[in-house]
Amino acid sequence: MRLAGAAIRPRDPAALPRLALVVVAVAVLWPALRLTEFDPATLLDPANARPMGRLLAQFLPPDVSLEFLALVGRSTLETLAIATLGTALAFAIAFPLSLVTTMSLSLSAIGPARDAPLRRMLRYPARLALIVLRAIPELVWALLFVRAVGLGPSAGVLALAITYGGMLGKVYAEIYESASNRPARALMEAGAGRLQAFLYGVLPAALPEMLSYTIYRWECAVRASVIMGFVGAGGLGQQLELSFRMLNGAEACTILATFLLLVLLADALSALSRRLLA
Amino acid sequence: MLQARGLTLVRAGGRRALGGIGLSIRPGERVAVIGPSGAGKTSLLRVFATALRPSGGAVEVLGANPWTLGGAARRRLRSRVGLIHQTPPLPPRQRVVTAVLAGRLGGWSLARAVVSLAYPSDIAGAREALARLDLADRLFDRCDRLSGGQAQRVGIARVLYQRPEMVLADEPVSALDPALANHTVGVLVAEALARGNTLIASLHAVDLALAHFPRIVGLRDGRVLFDLPTADVNGAQLETLYSQEGYLPTQHGKPFALPELKLPEPPRCD
Repeated sequence: MRLAGAAIRPRDPAALPRLALVVVAVAVLWPALRLTEFDPATLLDPANARPMGRLLAQFLPPDVSLEFLALVGRSTLETLAIATLGTALAFAIAFPLSLVTTMSLSLSAIGPARDAPLRRMLRYPARLALIVLRAIPELVWALLFVRAVGLGPSAGVLALAITYGGMLGKVYAEIYESASNRPARALMEAGAGRLQAFLYGVLPAALPEMLSYTIYRWECAVRASVIMGFVGAGGLGQQLELSFRMLNGAEACTILATFLLLVLLADALSALSRRLLA
Repeated sequence: MLQARGLTLVRAGGRRALGGIGLSIRPGERVAVIGPSGAGKTSLLRVFATALRPSGGAVEVLGANPWTLGGAARRRLRSRVGLIHQTPPLPPRQRVVTAVLAGRLGGWSLARAVVSLAYPSDIAGAREALARLDLADRLFDRCDRLSGGQAQRVGIARVLYQRPEMVLADEPVSALDPALANHTVGVLVAEALARGNTLIASLHAVDLALAHFPRIVGLRDGRVLFDLPTADVNGAQLETLYSQEGYLPTQHGKPFALPELKLPEPPRCD
């Protein structure tokens, strides 16, 4: 104790930053509330509730004719294919970029390599690439690709690959950084290369989180493929758009129920993977 | 050959961890570094392991100045030095066999490293290293299923498997009970004798250091207080070394038999 007066009560040094965080959160949320004129009461207004009720009444009973179910089945497979292929391509884009951008494999802490400036210079364009990829919503990419490759699922796959590649890359890099960097650093201190240190020091801790986030993204991709279907990028969404356009509530209901099943499936898959990897 | 001249290290925040260390250690020597906590033992070992760059002075590791080498050459140099960490840097979800095999990553190609993740490339080698620390039965367990003492010994097994020319052990047995600690330091010493590698260990327990090492370096406040053959270390020197602690740390937490040592306080838990 260097302080002469031992009676001084120690203060929590983290209290001030915490208070600042609360102030910032309020300062951000309050204007947002005003700007969006968010008011849940408008939903309950009878003038709004009645047309809503009529629309919902059309939904029942759902269309379960064999012919339509076969159509929905085909579209479901198409949607799953779009989401799966899109997520797989997104992974192929994201993984290398995440390795380039992450700070957790930085050697500079244990003595700069000769090519350190070059690597630093490489990190910023890669980070920028990730931002550009995810800054433009998949819907916009889909519109673009429908023009480029024509109506159909491949536009959806490309749009998902690009946007989700950006998202996965950013989140992967953050997962690496949230894991302890001690194991990887210890390996590099024993002469391991950066990639080796990643595989043996970072990946074991990051893998479950990466997997569960990727499966969540796949679930998002299933839902996103619906919206992209509205602009002609294939799958269940295109089917839903047709039903809506023909004001066929029963068909729409069947398709929405299929979505629910798909999301439940994704949820079960994610839970299973987490249990297997725990 | 390990050499340090006027070695200083200033940590982030301006704290001076090492204040001018001069040491020269020949290949094959076995040296124990002792001193109160905060004396700079870990910093010194990390500088010797080329894991920390000194702020001033010169350091020469295995005959080379690591900080004038290029990246690739420094990597090769690092693969010839094995650092045993006090808290083993093992990823919790990794299997013991993989954690041990990771010791030789410095000598492996990337392709071999990838293949070995799919199927461990040298199960027998990892098992042999673990067997010397009585842990062969934990080969395929996950690291987070180990007790603290077992994890610490897996960290040692990794460095045994690495087969470096110089072993730097930072409190390698701090989580082990006295009998096991004695045995484990014995394994490190036997390995050093058999392979002729240098062994430098920082030890909290003074009796362990005196029993296993022919040369003792006493470190206090980032400086070398004494550097002597074990036979020449006397009670007065140890008393000065640990005067701020007020007691002499040993394996059993009991005061060491030194008549001139005053014991104003019971040992703290730290």
